[in-house]
Amino acid sequence: MTDRPRASTAELAIETHALTKTFGKQTAVNNIDLAVPRGSVFGFLGPNGSGKTTTIRVLLGLASATSGEVNVLGEELPGRLAQVLPHVGALIEGPGFYPFLSGTANLLRLDSADRFVTSSTRRKRVDDALERVGLTHAANKKVKAYSLGMKQRLGIANALLTPRDLIVLDEPTNGLDPQGTREVRHLVRSLTAEGTTVFVSSHLLAEIEQMCTHAAVMRAGSLVAQGSLDDLRRAGQTRVRVLTPDDLGAEEVLRSLGLVPDHRESIGDGDVTLTAPLMDDRAPDAIVAALVAAGVRVRGFSVEGSTLEDLFVALTGEGFDVVQ
Amino acid sequence: MSSDLSQGPTEADSSTPDSAAAGVTAPLSGTLRAKPTAGWALMGSELSVLFRRRRTWVMLIALAAIPILIAVAVRISSAGSTPGRGPAFLSQITNNGLFVGLVALIICIPLFLPLTIGVVAGDTIAGEASSGTLRYLLVAPVGRGRLLLVKFVAAVAFVIAGTLVIVIAGALIGAALFPVGPVTLLSGDTVSLGEAGVRGLLIAAYVIVSLLGLTAIGLFISTLTDIPVGAMAATVVISIIAQVLDSLPQLDWLHPWLFSHYWLNFADLLRQPIDWSSFGSNALLQLAYVAVFGALAYGRFSTKDVLS
Repeated sequence: MTDRPRASTAELAIETHALTKTFGKQTAVNNIDLAVPRGSVFGFLGPNGSGKTTTIRVLLGLASATSGEVNVLGEELPGRLAQVLPHVGALIEGPGFYPFLSGTANLLRLDSADRFVTSSTRRKRVDDALERVGLTHAANKKVKAYSLGMKQRLGIANALLTPRDLIVLDEPTNGLDPQGTREVRHLVRSLTAEGTTVFVSSHLLAEIEQMCTHAAVMRAGSLVAQGSLDDLRRAGQTRVRVLTPDDLGAEEVLRSLGLVPDHRESIGDGDVTLTAPLMDDRAPDAIVAALVAAGVRVRGFSVEGSTLEDLFVALTGEGFDVVQ
Repeated sequence: MSSDLSQGPTEADSSTPDSAAAGVTAPLSGTLRAKPTAGWALMGSELSVLFRRRRTWVMLIALAAIPILIAVAVRISSAGSTPGRGPAFLSQITNNGLFVGLVALIICIPLFLPLTIGVVAGDTIAGEASSGTLRYLLVAPVGRGRLLLVKFVAAVAFVIAGTLVIVIAGALIGAALFPVGPVTLLSGDTVSLGEAGVRGLLIAAYVIVSLLGLTAIGLFISTLTDIPVGAMAATVVISIIAQVLDSLPQLDWLHPWLFSHYWLNFADLLRQPIDWSSFGSNALLQLAYVAVFGALAYGRFSTKDVLS
């Protein structure tokens, strides 16, 4: 659906400028500029309480922005909300269903709320969505008998009732078993194959790393990083790791090349690993040549890119402190 | 989530011509209807959800139990009741079973009907918020004004159901336990059974209209909170306060403005010819309440941040 004629901003499925949301004196979202490319799987990362869900609520028109601009699918919000929302499926902060209705009845009700769909296909679309999330066998059970994971699946099914241009999934794998988590990844991939932009919020890095093409990191209401996953990884520090019994000689050589070993670990048999941040202007092969020329017995050498986790921790801090 | 998921790009994609000029106003995706439906589906869904809840049925059954209790109590106390004691028309029941429904209405209007309406109207928005369904309805999307309207209509449907349940249960149990015949009206005229039935429905209509104001108040309170029980209790308390104020002679000037002021003034419908003036002033007052609290509810709800 990317070949549709659009205004220039329509290259982005979601675009915000200086979006701010305050509750009283507390700033939940502070001046963020999101840019979610169409067709991407966009990971929205951040610790608990960093403003992810508030941002999502503003993007879906549930809460109003205190200031700033919001564009979703090329349309300005909140003015064009009614036109945008039929094209957006969402799972927001956990599932919400009527416990006394069956899974099918719940989806039928939510679908009947959408005036832009055809009622004649309603039943079939509900059944298809339930099948897609593997809930067919429980379709006629009351939701109060569902496990958390089943409710989560039902919530995802609700987002899939009609083909959407944008699907927003807030913590989609909450409460899912490893099997369910894998299924969500498959599902997200199949959605992208259909041209849908998927916006996933999570605090689980591995999950984001496995399914996203782009990501943004929130910290205390501010956006601290954004871009394609490769760009983000590149932004982190690359490191060299040398495995050698001659650690003192190796350190001397590294220092002469301008590399400062900051981590030394003895791993037994007299071998030691030294790691040092790699400067951009140093070719790794030149480092090995220098080490060997200095008579250092190199038993292992590797260049390691930073993981998303390194970056995440570097950006958002360690520990459980929720920044107020 | 099987692997054969790809429904593929939908047929609508091919319908996009080379409309270079389409620009900003280009439709989003063509799989959806170009024009929205009237939205009756949601109304139907709302009514079916309301009347599929066990709570709704328990309340309707409780309302139906009141005329049955009255009729049985009057029937087994062979002494009969002395005129002037108990609610109006109570002494008439032994002569004519049709009065059971009327007596039951008179008993239910001050408390039981406001109680059940408080539950239904107080639950409208707050209940959706607390179950987490409000956010999903809003992104479905239901416009906020449309959701309020649907909720109000459904609450009114419950008022109609509750009132009719009392009248009909009263008529049935009255006919089962007591003789039924032509009814003597307050004006002294006697009307046939059929005419009496029409009068009964007129009184039911009067009661339903009487309760619209309270329903609108409940809807408004429901937009103020995410805790349905709070909204329900507040609605019931307001109905009691209004009746207390209405009973204080010192506040005479206020009485015509209280939504509960005309609640029991349907005696004029039992005269020949019918005097419609109290029906009219009641309807006007209730419409004013619906307009004011409907506007307040919309003003509140349309700008509310839904964070539940």
